[in-house]
Amino acid sequence: MPDNGASQAKPASTTTNGAAAESKRQRVRVLISALGMLPVLLILCGGFHFLSEGRFFTGQNLGIVLQQAAVNTVLAAGMTFVILTGGIDLSVGSILAASAMAGLTLSKMPELGMLWLPAALLTGLGFGVVNGALIALLRLPPFIVTLGSLTAVRGLARLLGADTTVFNPSIPYAFIGNGSLTLIPGVVSIPWLSVIALLVILVSWLVLRRTVLGVHIYAVGGNESAARLAGIKVWAVLIFVYGVSGLFAGLGGAMQAARLYAANGLQLGQSYELDAITAVILGGTSFVGGIGSIWGTLVGALIIAVLSNGLILVGVSDIWQYVIKGLVIIGAVALDRYRLQGSART
Amino acid sequence: MNDPILEMRGVSKSFFGIKALRAVDLTVYAGEIHALMGENGAGKSTLMKILSGAYRPDPGGEIRIEGHPVRIEGPLGGRAAGISIIYQELSLAPNLSVAENIYLGREISRTGLLARGAMREAVGPILKRLGADFQPSTLVAHLSMGQRQLVEIARALHARSKILIMDEPTTSLSAAESERLFALIRQLRAEGLAIIYISHRMDEVYALGDRVTVLRDGRLVGSLDKAEIRADTIVRLMVGRDVSSFYKKDHDPEAGRGHPVLAAIDMADGLRVKGCSVTVHAGEVVGLAGLIGAGRTELAHLIIGAAHKTSGRLELEGRPVEIRTPGEALEAGIAYLTEDRKALGLFLDMSCLDNINLAVLGRDAKLGWFLDRDKARERADRAFAGLSIRAANVGVPAGGLSGGNQQKLLLSRLLAIAPKVLILDEPTRGVDVGAKSEIYSIIDNLAKAGTAILVISSDLPEIIGICDRVVVMRAGHIAGEVRREAAVALNQEDIMALATGMEHLDA
Repeated sequence: MPDNGASQAKPASTTTNGAAAESKRQRVRVLISALGMLPVLLILCGGFHFLSEGRFFTGQNLGIVLQQAAVNTVLAAGMTFVILTGGIDLSVGSILAASAMAGLTLSKMPELGMLWLPAALLTGLGFGVVNGALIALLRLPPFIVTLGSLTAVRGLARLLGADTTVFNPSIPYAFIGNGSLTLIPGVVSIPWLSVIALLVILVSWLVLRRTVLGVHIYAVGGNESAARLAGIKVWAVLIFVYGVSGLFAGLGGAMQAARLYAANGLQLGQSYELDAITAVILGGTSFVGGIGSIWGTLVGALIIAVLSNGLILVGVSDIWQYVIKGLVIIGAVALDRYRLQGSART
Repeated sequence: MNDPILEMRGVSKSFFGIKALRAVDLTVYAGEIHALMGENGAGKSTLMKILSGAYRPDPGGEIRIEGHPVRIEGPLGGRAAGISIIYQELSLAPNLSVAENIYLGREISRTGLLARGAMREAVGPILKRLGADFQPSTLVAHLSMGQRQLVEIARALHARSKILIMDEPTTSLSAAESERLFALIRQLRAEGLAIIYISHRMDEVYALGDRVTVLRDGRLVGSLDKAEIRADTIVRLMVGRDVSSFYKKDHDPEAGRGHPVLAAIDMADGLRVKGCSVTVHAGEVVGLAGLIGAGRTELAHLIIGAAHKTSGRLELEGRPVEIRTPGEALEAGIAYLTEDRKALGLFLDMSCLDNINLAVLGRDAKLGWFLDRDKARERADRAFAGLSIRAANVGVPAGGLSGGNQQKLLLSRLLAIAPKVLILDEPTRGVDVGAKSEIYSIIDNLAKAGTAILVISSDLPEIIGICDRVVVMRAGHIAGEVRREAAVALNQEDIMALATGMEHLDA
């Protein structure tokens, strides 16, 4: 920024002026990266409403959008933790499938049926912690480790169901997948899937913004060497974030299982990791770590869901949906670059 | 004197209404080394960027080169006008050869193919003239910082520049490399180049400057001829007030007789540190001097557990302690200020508040996990007031602060844990004069309060100015110690002799 030299070390009177202008610009910048994509989301919603001749903003359609966004929101929340440390988790789709398979398999056992939900969560958590341990303790690159577990865990998911689709029409807690929470009887109800997604976002916000651990996550992503010298246990932070990503993938698996009453180790969750990453980057979280917010991720996930839903409403073919979504990913990374140019990091 | 090669008359520059330069008149002659000094933000970089063409000056001023008015526009404008700038952070591509770097952007090509041979041949004589000990074909990645600087100078000469601007060229050089650079600069002066030399370091300005121009708040506040160059005059011009006691040493110099707080015994890493013992007492400021590469920073890293030690033990207040990580060092009350605050210290994207509180978040936390935001806010406000950190508010990112304020920010993080031992590695590097003297007062006050302080510094006047005694390292060993004897103050020659291994010759 050209004004740096000018505003930095002036005598007291002008410092306040220069610094105030600088901090105003900073605030605008923060606002842009926080709000970032919210205007885009609103424009998309409005645009689709117009193009679909008023079929977008209906109670029923909005419910569908929220429901469709739910699983990706949960995965993207976990991904936000990981990307904030400058890492990446490519294995969430596979972990989701393995967790759903583990859950469904257990749900069919008469004695243990009720335990399927914690089993799915623990499966996800377990895989995540293994990812984290490999990255933190053996110092392997996150991309490589999770690329490996993307494949390996997919194999395990198929193994769990002997490579078939597992059904359980009487799975306990099925309401998670298909029920709604009624707020005003007969008027407003929200799908349980969306309620869970929102809770996940709230808990993530609490951890990231209100706990010591949250600051440490940002610190590790912002400057890992400095974090180490500042006494932060970087390894513990890394295991935690990959653990969270795995846990949320497990939760996503449970949500899918409850919704479909079934899971297939080969097909479930294929390329979900890409949607999750897209949501995070759309939400303004920097790929190099240290900058970003969970609210941005929520907006990002909603954009993806609105895009899918809207394109269908408008009648765009499946093939073109792929093309358009792909371009959105590239546009998101371009935005990331643009934002970083304006940040304090040089 | 001959005619000026560069004349600036009434050159101003403002950004969004803030005047960064106010009607500066600067005259530079061929065959002179013109030192340019001023605190960070005084306008040196703005002036330089105008000369390079990166900024366009406000209308009204005039720049003449060899008597002809010129307009310097665009990044290549400066070079076209005969001005080359060597920035603090060198702008070489490490993956290319020396010759390719010198020709970067102006490659010779024959029928579309790169004429590597021709470029190397053309570069050879220039390198020889500069006394370079490397080849045009050498990869820049294989060169030391000093050698890279030579490549930058060669690039300037190759472009037939008449004015060479150097921005703190010795920041990353060893003492020997600096000496060689000085000799080269003098040679270039003799060859008739005009050199504008920007530096914070008084000793360099003494050694090199034919004239010194001082900027403050965008104004030219004085130009001194060689005979008038004196440290106190320059400091007064830069700061705008009398800095009667620049270095502060009000704490009790007899503190060294108290009880030892930190004793590092026989520390070694099997590589750069070969069995070093250092003791620091309560309320004492001990200097750790030595040439660059003597192993001082490495020793500090061993003490705080940031590097793996092959031997050695620590005693804290007389009791043995085991420290394996920087975190354990902080818990034990040993804080370390890194020499590289941007890479190893600060979180530039995070707020000042978070940067200040980082080390004590866990201790302050509610229910063990949740941030105590009131306490954090209070602590940050106190640090801003106590260390006079200047920023709009505690919420702005640390990356936007000036060097001196960043350093104070980092220092306040360490002070938050109320350390028993404070190890400061080059505490005033890249910090302007005003902030320097503030940091010296902070160190002095901490010593008064009984903190044991170890200061690593390459700035000898600084070490002598603030330390009670000085331990000198050479090539991984403790070469000796310089104490003040009764009325005899510490002196620079004794330290240098130990650092370079000349002490036996003197005796």
